[in-house]
Amino acid sequence: MRWSFSHARLALAGLCLAVVLSGCGVNEVPRLDEQVKASWSQVLNQYQRRADLIPNLVETVKGYAHQEEDTLTKVTEARAKATQMQIPADMLSNPEAFHQFEQNQAALGGALGRLLAVSEKYPDLKSNQNFLSLQSQLEGTENRISVARRDYIQAVQAYNTQLRTIPGRWIAAFLYPEAKVKETFTISQEAQEAPKVKF
Amino acid sequence: MIRRLLIAAALLVVATPLFIAILPAIAADIAFPALTGRVVDQAGILPPQDVAKLTIQLAAHEQRTGQQVVVAVVKSLEGQPIEDYGVELGRFWGIGQKGKNTGAILLVSPADRKVRIEVGYGLEGELTDAVSSTIIDQVMLPHFRQGDMAGGIVAGTGQILRALGDDVPVTVPPPTRRQQEGNGHGSIGSILFTFLIFGLFIWLARRRGGGIGSAILPFIIANSWSSRGGGSSWDSSNGGGGGFSGGGGSFGGGGASGSW
Repeated sequence: MRWSFSHARLALAGLCLAVVLSGCGVNEVPRLDEQVKASWSQVLNQYQRRADLIPNLVETVKGYAHQEEDTLTKVTEARAKATQMQIPADMLSNPEAFHQFEQNQAALGGALGRLLAVSEKYPDLKSNQNFLSLQSQLEGTENRISVARRDYIQAVQAYNTQLRTIPGRWIAAFLYPEAKVKETFTISQEAQEAPKVKF
Repeated sequence: MIRRLLIAAALLVVATPLFIAILPAIAADIAFPALTGRVVDQAGILPPQDVAKLTIQLAAHEQRTGQQVVVAVVKSLEGQPIEDYGVELGRFWGIGQKGKNTGAILLVSPADRKVRIEVGYGLEGELTDAVSSTIIDQVMLPHFRQGDMAGGIVAGTGQILRALGDDVPVTVPPPTRRQQEGNGHGSIGSILFTFLIFGLFIWLARRRGGGIGSAILPFIIANSWSSRGGGSSWDSSNGGGGGFSGGGGSFGGGGASGSW
């Protein structure tokens, strides 16, 4: 062995310290923080995917249902509002920005739901291949959004619990004073669904 | 010796929080069926020859592409929407390659009259929502509406594999001989390789009087063994579906659903 005994003892002591520290979760705050960020980018990703599908959908519906100009305009407006919103860097710990974002997306979801509901009135539109394809992509994307939201809610819950309970609270106060409790979704996915349109 | 102990201890330190982190993620409130093979028929509606045929097709697909496609026929969705059940089931089983998330599940619940193609993140580009929806509406549901569950599932699985690049109708290879050849060859090769590396490092260590050789040795061995394990999912799973396991892939809600 090239290592002298004192070297080995030093390394062993360092290792013990590492075990003790990781045992009480010194890395939990940054680890959970990364999880929250990752799941948040998934949420953004899926909302963006929905926004990207809309212009095509609006064009397709327009070809068949001119008299729904009003519904179509509302979708386009809601999309513009949702996509043009400036997202501040501290979005996740900024309640106002977060709820503004959530409200914009919910409004877009509602407008979109109404558009799909009125589309039911047009048999030609409903049998159009392009429309059917867009409709299935939208359904898939709504489902992805709800999965991404659920993952985000869970990640935030774990992170906030870590920050608010002992000993995570002490560790965070000592080592990560900049860590802040994060916002989570309050409007349920069901509440975003459009009211059912009766004919 | 101390160095090896240190390495082992360090690995332990790294690994423990990982396990702790994984545990709560497993959904406890739904009783999912066990992943007994590539075709899990909890409801008992598939004839054995269809199960065997599908298993061979799905195993051949994984061997060719590394993608895991699984058929699950469940007794009931336990009151969950099929979309939620599908995502949770996919994550619970860990279908698809880890990191790449290349898995898909054809989920059918005859009791709820619902079907879903659940697509892992990594396959969403090929097996898009629109493609999945077309497969369900135009290929599977007509069979299901006539009460032909097995026919619909076999046809649907074929179309899923076609969408994933098996554009030739999957030829069914005589499985037993090929499997044994492949199996024996792989194992002997990797054992020989391990011995070769082992010998090389013992020789190196002797020449240099222990140095870098003895420090890296455990890693090399561990590495060669783990890569052997990783590549063997085909070897072990071909024999009638026993021993098949998910690769650790995840799902994000892609795919399409239908009902009849």
